[in-house]
Amino acid sequence: MRCGDFKESYLKDETIFQTYWVKFWLFILMLFLLGLPFYANSYVMYVANLIGFAIIGAVGLNLLTGFTGQISLGHAAFIGVGGYTAAILVTRLGLPFWVAMPLAGLTAAATGMVIGIPSLRVKGLYLVIATLAAQFILEYVFVHWESMTHGIRGINVPAPRLGSFVFDTEQKFYYITLAVVLLGVGFARNLVRTKWGRAFIAIRDRDLAAEIMGINLFRYKLVAFGLSSFYAGIAGALWVGFIKVVTPEHFPFSLSIQYLAMVIVGGLGSVLGAIFGAVFMTLVPELLNVLTSFAKSSVPGLEHVFLPMKDVIFGLLIVSFLIFEPHGLAEIWHRIKNFFNLWPFSY
Amino acid sequence: MTTVSETKKNQEFMLEAQGLYLKFGGVNVLTNVSTGVKKNEIFAIIGPNGAGKTCLLNCINRFYQPHQGKIIFEGADITRLKSHQIASLGIARTFQNVELFRGMTVIDNIKLGSHVHLNTGLLSAGFYFGAARKTELGLRKEIEESIIDLLEIEHIRKKTVGTLPYGLQKRVELARALAMKPKVLLMDEPVTGMNLEETEDMARFILDIHDEWGVTIVLIEHDMGVVMDISDRVCVLDFGVKIAEGLPSEIRHNDEVIKAYLGEKDITYSRLGA
Repeated sequence: MRCGDFKESYLKDETIFQTYWVKFWLFILMLFLLGLPFYANSYVMYVANLIGFAIIGAVGLNLLTGFTGQISLGHAAFIGVGGYTAAILVTRLGLPFWVAMPLAGLTAAATGMVIGIPSLRVKGLYLVIATLAAQFILEYVFVHWESMTHGIRGINVPAPRLGSFVFDTEQKFYYITLAVVLLGVGFARNLVRTKWGRAFIAIRDRDLAAEIMGINLFRYKLVAFGLSSFYAGIAGALWVGFIKVVTPEHFPFSLSIQYLAMVIVGGLGSVLGAIFGAVFMTLVPELLNVLTSFAKSSVPGLEHVFLPMKDVIFGLLIVSFLIFEPHGLAEIWHRIKNFFNLWPFSY
Repeated sequence: MTTVSETKKNQEFMLEAQGLYLKFGGVNVLTNVSTGVKKNEIFAIIGPNGAGKTCLLNCINRFYQPHQGKIIFEGADITRLKSHQIASLGIARTFQNVELFRGMTVIDNIKLGSHVHLNTGLLSAGFYFGAARKTELGLRKEIEESIIDLLEIEHIRKKTVGTLPYGLQKRVELARALAMKPKVLLMDEPVTGMNLEETEDMARFILDIHDEWGVTIVLIEHDMGVVMDISDRVCVLDFGVKIAEGLPSEIRHNDEVIKAYLGEKDITYSRLGA
């Protein structure tokens, strides 16, 4: 029976996955994730892919909003920039998806950094409005730059392929998503435990003191905007590769809000929180859909009551999470883990 | 009097303010303040509330832009540098109201102090591979073995700073400044609001840092006991004007200083019933 954590080197104390049990459960989780396509149907895999894109986007937004404290309402637009860049590069230049995806990330990052320039002077709610402008400007560009984006007709994109293997089903595409999610999450988690992450948090907590410690606020805020938008761009490219078409209505303002809700519900300033938030915000509406159809079949007539209730329940869930745990799902997770950590002999 | 001794004196100064003027609207916060710190010295700045002591430090840290005058550090004019560049020159600072990063743990706060000495690239940081990993572990070891050990904060290193009592927060802030490996440490009221025991601990730490690390220390403090005991030289400000500078024993008996602190002599005496 475990009765505590003992470490003999600083290396052990600095590692992310500290105990063998954590590594064991992680291994089980990995097996589950790798094996998922073999026993899940297309619908489940469709949702799994969506969750993956949401995780990438939310982890990116959390780097900016949760860690650096710069609230952005333009995240969906950056996802859109990534999506359109990937689509245009694949269809016009005939680049393979694997090249177009990082380029889409970089284009989104560049856009994000331009939008981030006012962040040196503008803080808090005022910056929110500045990023809101970015959302609407970029949306306008998606619709009206016909020669590039084909306006509301959108662009059809072929499925990504590796040699003769085509990633055209939910099951096949899932492995791309999974790989990118693991890479993206790992990168973010490592980044926040080095100089960069500490600088981000310092800017969030006390920007003047951060400057006195030698942190160039402008530079680090821009890097945060760039990184966050890079993640958004990658999420956008994956989204386009997955549903094989890109139109402006995929990246509405409400999607930006949804991403913000993900990082707030999941837990600001926590990579794990972004994951939880993304899973929650994608999965719960789908679960409520399933419940609604179940209610319809079992109790005919009740669906009129239950159908509008779906959104109400979703809203209530979010609000109650925020009331009972303002630090988000990640904090709830930590509490549960701490409870069982030394169970039953903790004192 | 003599320009020769004047220039000689200037050369001795490690950090120096030359004729600083600072105004907020119509208020003169600093008026022609010239003073300097010699290498390896504990230099105290005292004065009544609102005398402009913190403003002087803020000018050095480049929070405020003096309207006139120069700030010289190791022979170079730093009056036009940016705040974050001051840190890389080796000027560290602690604050009157603790300015720690409340969401971070103690050890992360301290690690942040050495920000200017780390040059981990974004990519290697993200993969935590090679140089990034080596730098982080080296940093941890260094902080644990020199700073945390010196300031006796082993027991709180994993705690979130926001949960700590005030006295310990002050100590963590000092630790963070030390992680910068500063040449000059500017301390704004390090013992204010502390009880006697905490004050003595802090005074001991300041002396330890001064002796063991050879750090030059500039100190703003209202606790005259601490100031007179540990400082080598004292500068007195009153309403933005320097009214005295010298050894603690000289300052204690300076008429101007007594006037600034206690009012006119006869009133003081009459109040004291003498």
